[in-house]
Amino acid sequence: MHKRVGLEVTVAVAEAVALCRIDMAGVYPITPQSHIAEHLSNLVADGVLDAEFVTVESEHSAMSAVIGASSAGARAYTATASQGLLLMNELLPIASAMRLPITMAIANRAVSGPLNILNDHSDIMPQRDTGWITVFAENGQESVDLSIQAFKIAEHPDVMLPVCVNIDGFQLTHMVEPVELPTQEEVDAFLPPFVPHATLHPSRPVTMGAFSMSDYFTEIMKAKDEAIKNSKKVILDVWKEWEEKFGRSYKPVESYRADDADVVLLTMGSMGETAGLAIDDLRARGIKAGLVKLRLWRPFPFAELKAAIKNTKKLIVTDRAVSFGGPGGPVFSEIKSALFAEASRPAAYNYIIGLGGRDVTVSDFANMVETVMADAGNKKADTYEFWGVRE
Amino acid sequence: MNIVENFDLFAPRLINHQELFSPGHRACSGCAEVLAVRLMCKALGENTVIASATGCMEIVSSMFPTTAWRVPWIHVAFENAAAVASGVEAGLKALRRKGRIDDRYVKVVGMAGDGGTMDIGFQALSGAMERGHDMIYVCFDNEAYMNTGIQRSSGTPMGASTTTAPAGKVSIGQKTWKKNMPEIMVAHNIPYVATVCPSFPLDFVRKLQKARSIEGPSYIHCFSVCPTGWRSPSHSAISMGRLAVETGVFPLFEVENGHYSMSPDMPRKLRPIRDYFKPQGRFRHLTDEDIDLIQHKVDTEFQKLVEKTKYLKTGNE
Repeated sequence: MHKRVGLEVTVAVAEAVALCRIDMAGVYPITPQSHIAEHLSNLVADGVLDAEFVTVESEHSAMSAVIGASSAGARAYTATASQGLLLMNELLPIASAMRLPITMAIANRAVSGPLNILNDHSDIMPQRDTGWITVFAENGQESVDLSIQAFKIAEHPDVMLPVCVNIDGFQLTHMVEPVELPTQEEVDAFLPPFVPHATLHPSRPVTMGAFSMSDYFTEIMKAKDEAIKNSKKVILDVWKEWEEKFGRSYKPVESYRADDADVVLLTMGSMGETAGLAIDDLRARGIKAGLVKLRLWRPFPFAELKAAIKNTKKLIVTDRAVSFGGPGGPVFSEIKSALFAEASRPAAYNYIIGLGGRDVTVSDFANMVETVMADAGNKKADTYEFWGVRE
Repeated sequence: MNIVENFDLFAPRLINHQELFSPGHRACSGCAEVLAVRLMCKALGENTVIASATGCMEIVSSMFPTTAWRVPWIHVAFENAAAVASGVEAGLKALRRKGRIDDRYVKVVGMAGDGGTMDIGFQALSGAMERGHDMIYVCFDNEAYMNTGIQRSSGTPMGASTTTAPAGKVSIGQKTWKKNMPEIMVAHNIPYVATVCPSFPLDFVRKLQKARSIEGPSYIHCFSVCPTGWRSPSHSAISMGRLAVETGVFPLFEVENGHYSMSPDMPRKLRPIRDYFKPQGRFRHLTDEDIDLIQHKVDTEFQKLVEKTKYLKTGNE
């Protein structure tokens, strides 16, 4: 049993990354990611972590430098948010196509304009199709655990893909939470040293990032798609091993009191905890409400999602980003397409919530459930609405 | 394999016999830039890792599943060769320190064209040089975006006609003076900055080898004649490079710890720039007045350089 200590989540994440004995970090400061970078730099400055800490001049160069270091065979890490992630965007599909097991924390933050430093998911959602394994943390402990697991998943020979761990900015990154950190011995036993397939070293010269025309490009894209689909098995294995070693269970989709629920709320990230309190509140009042939390965003867990909501009559998907002029929030359109071929599926509602740090309270979630329950003929199903917007 | 007849007879011990950039690449005939890349590989030897920007040299050398590179080589994107190189350097440094790779000294090189260096890659280069990575950055300057079809860059010289700054009834083509990239690198106070041209192969090799021997960042600016983009005969690339140097349009010099010195290959008396302009289609539209204006600028810039080599005594010590 480990000691639970109160740590700011960013500090806990940096400690976890240091336990993974990274060889290189390339970072550029951006709120609310900066404390991860700052604490890592402290660990390097104090000699606790033996790594090259490269303070680049932009997020574009941060991702470029970790791509370079990873290609050289180093375990490379970066962290960013918002505009920084968008600046990296060009390089994200290159990192995955080059099959580099980079890991990155994203302190999720709204995207400009207008400029806003607070939390939503509009930074990660445009990165959906970059070929990165994408997971969301709900609390400080999950942020720590997922950060360590990320290296093991990314570096597995059957995967060799980058992984990003999404940690809601401020709501999660800047909270002081009780966290159990594994010991160095435990992490060493869980995470073996990175054994790259090929590296940039003259002992065996290789060409990386070659140029390809139509004759090979489709096959390379297909290979990347197969790789991320196949990563699912490794992710499940890693989570099983984690549960055996550390006693904390991880699933692609988490259910809370959802088995017999008439109405199910679906969240991603830190709002799961608030929504859970609303479910308890509703259940206490005799309302059969439940919660489903999506942890794994890519590869998308189709089977687990369908199983989690198979009994529900109404599903409320909450989105933390907008697809302007589209079919609803990005999570909503994903869930709808996942359920399209099902013989029976719940009436699906979509609320866009918590944009740019807008607070979403326990009673907001309870109100969403009650509003949807009151929609007798499912007239508002299949549409999306900005929850709590002033018009 | 020696691809130069009687190579061993003419250049014993002067140049590495290994061909680390192999024949069979797809560069245009008469490309001086690809000759420069080959010379660079010879000068630096096999314990080299190269990070290349997008551009001609990337496209001609790495068509999947083939490669012309016999040294480890990586391409990621257009604007980030220096950042990728800095990451490779940091990664190799950590792995060597931790005993996870063999204990040999490997030089990391970033390379890009003039657009990838002076325009879109400028920030990444400035950052990498400022951070002091142990790396060489080589700019292969052919004075326009040749890979995309001869568009102007900040390395295009005044008066040159390009596809985005064409000469026309009311335009001389490029209306701005070429960005002085070597001086910008000198201002970064890095240990070594040099200009090279493959028309002067021994000077080229000596400077690259000096850069390799220096710990910390070095910047090499390579003048790379592009017959396709300059509208000049493809057999003339080497002589065009010589003319650029001999007219003072592209002086060969080096700056070691802030101390300037002119290359021994520089002539005592410069030739008129007309000799260099005449064979090039990109300058064909220029009037005598235009050329006089450019001649004046070339003379002034060259004089400034001469004064730095003669009178500037304080370096970075």
